[in-house]
Amino acid sequence: MNDAGSNGVATSMPVSKRTALSGWGRYPICESDVFRPEKFAELSAIVAANSHKLIARGAGRAYGDAALNSENRVVDLQRLNRMLSFDPETGILHAEAGVTLDEIIRVFLPRGFFPPVVPGTRFVTLGGSIAADIHGKSHHRDSSLATHVLWFDLMLASGEVRRCSREENHDLFWATVGGIGLTGIILELAMRLRRVESAYIKGEIIRVANVDEAMENFERTDREYGCSAAWIDCVSSKGSLGRSVLHVGDFASRDALPANIRNEPLVPKEKGSPTVPFNLPNFALNSLSVRAFNYGYYAIHRNQNQALVSYEPFFFPLDSIHNWSRIYGKRGFVQYQCVWPLAESRAGLIETLEAISASGRASFLAVLKKFGAQEGMLSFPMAGYTLALDFPVTDGLLEFLDRLDAMVLKRGGRVYLAKDARMRPDTFRAMYPKFEEWRAAKASADPNNHFSSTLSRRLQMDPA
Amino acid sequence: MKVLILGGTSPIARLLAIKFASIGAHLYIASRDQAEGERIANDIQVRSGVKAIAGKFDAADFASHAELIERASQDLGGLDGVVLCFGTLGDEDKAQVDAHEALATIQQNFTGAVSLLTIAAQKLESQGSGFIVVIGSVAGDRGRKRNYVYGSAKGALHLFLQGLRARLSKSKIQVMTVILGTVDTRMTWGREGTLFTVPPERAANLIFEAWRKKRDVVYVPSFWRPIMAVVRAIPERFFKHASF
Repeated sequence: MNDAGSNGVATSMPVSKRTALSGWGRYPICESDVFRPEKFAELSAIVAANSHKLIARGAGRAYGDAALNSENRVVDLQRLNRMLSFDPETGILHAEAGVTLDEIIRVFLPRGFFPPVVPGTRFVTLGGSIAADIHGKSHHRDSSLATHVLWFDLMLASGEVRRCSREENHDLFWATVGGIGLTGIILELAMRLRRVESAYIKGEIIRVANVDEAMENFERTDREYGCSAAWIDCVSSKGSLGRSVLHVGDFASRDALPANIRNEPLVPKEKGSPTVPFNLPNFALNSLSVRAFNYGYYAIHRNQNQALVSYEPFFFPLDSIHNWSRIYGKRGFVQYQCVWPLAESRAGLIETLEAISASGRASFLAVLKKFGAQEGMLSFPMAGYTLALDFPVTDGLLEFLDRLDAMVLKRGGRVYLAKDARMRPDTFRAMYPKFEEWRAAKASADPNNHFSSTLSRRLQMDPA
Repeated sequence: MKVLILGGTSPIARLLAIKFASIGAHLYIASRDQAEGERIANDIQVRSGVKAIAGKFDAADFASHAELIERASQDLGGLDGVVLCFGTLGDEDKAQVDAHEALATIQQNFTGAVSLLTIAAQKLESQGSGFIVVIGSVAGDRGRKRNYVYGSAKGALHLFLQGLRARLSKSKIQVMTVILGTVDTRMTWGREGTLFTVPPERAANLIFEAWRKKRDVVYVPSFWRPIMAVVRAIPERFFKHASF
């Protein structure tokens, strides 16, 4: 508490708060001692207290247990969110790790810049984005966020700060990108923003009848457009298995806008956002309502080859409903995102969709997307197709997901750590072939394994 | 507009500074931890495009105060307002038994403020315009068992501001006392029994709106006004036994 003795220098250990934390999926929930520094100098004291395991946490948007540390310490970096410099010539932003993509969009979109990569939500921090090596609808063109990061400063367990880039501390850079917070604390970074002429996306909406049509359309449109993703109906089966609605597009040039918005191309019309004020009862999302939603989503969309929408519904359809995860009720939900290598994608996708359809565990939201390649040691993407699903936590779910894991693993695919809350350690190791390389880098940066999380212990990433 | 923020590194100070920047004000961020002050000044510049300068200051170093006000005014090219945000709870338990700690708390919260405000008020009065916003506390409305040293400093500050406001009223200088309730910052983080806590964004918005409306005294949020009226009305013979 005492940050201001008469000498005026911060000296004592900051105070922690015992908090029950969860990820965005609200499963699992565990207690930790949470620090929330407001000044840079406080961080060193928190990291220096070596008696407990520590993990950094940003906005808490990882779905599972990546930013949890059961019975240990968590440092919440949301208050260290200062933007330190910006060069409009190069588009390079230098900022602290607690800055969110939402803040970057608010500040820079009116000036004609946008984050180089955005995931399905704008409410993630930069630090968390690097730790998860996030991808977005433009992965096939832009790769992951880390591709656009020039360097970051990492605080190690010793308190030493190391600048990491492709040239400097190369191994630590690639171990931290996708390294799920386990190499240290990302303090600040430099990243190149994308120049855009408008806040609107111009592209196509394409309804496709099945898996093959979906994949054909990805192949075609990914050559033409920088962004693409499909909402896939995972309730339908047989001939219409994998029927979906593809949304593809690019930021529209100013000239491409209709006259009425051309004068203010960078300011989309703001709308209020509805909120889910409390957890809905568990029965609110049942197989019938999910079926109705999936059917309705497909039914209301029509093919459009000249679609123009604001960037918000295109990139962040769910952000428009605050606390949407509450629709799953108190039990929470598990996100499951997997990727298959290109050659195995078709078979893997059909196999998985059939298994879901047969199980009756319909996913409310299912998204299909084609990836390019990726570099980080524990980065999720690989060249191929990725499918993201969510399931309410119900009896038998974990066993069912183990079965999906086995199917994905058999085809050389993997599951995304930032969304995971339940994978088994042996599966994880088999899915991430660069794990040993990562572990060597981690051991050299953090020899006493100070940085550890509920996820790292569950997946036995910590040294034995 | 040119504004000096004293104690610029707290979340409320930073958010208030961003509010002033949003109406085009240029800012001088004075703080004890200059490196931190520079981060905040940079942040304000990047976000708002206005000029923001960071400078060092120490509330307890009275001899430096005149020079600080002068430097801020020079660097900004004038001075229209002063927003005083510094203050610290100190070690409350220690302050009850250690006179040195008690006096340090008084200095950080009261005498340091008196010194700076006296100098700043004179400057604003001589130019015949300007404003002073000071962050006080509900703790200053009644002495409590738990934090009466801090509370007495804030209470004294409120009284000082009443007089200053009266003196400067003919010069049309606004002196606003913010009686701040509990805010979700490091001052309350992890403290048991903290009630009615609001996010710093909300507190800063309310303070800024009150400043725009040229208020004299404002409880932030306003529900603290009736709460503190009740707390003040409890007879001392009962209050002295109260557990809070």
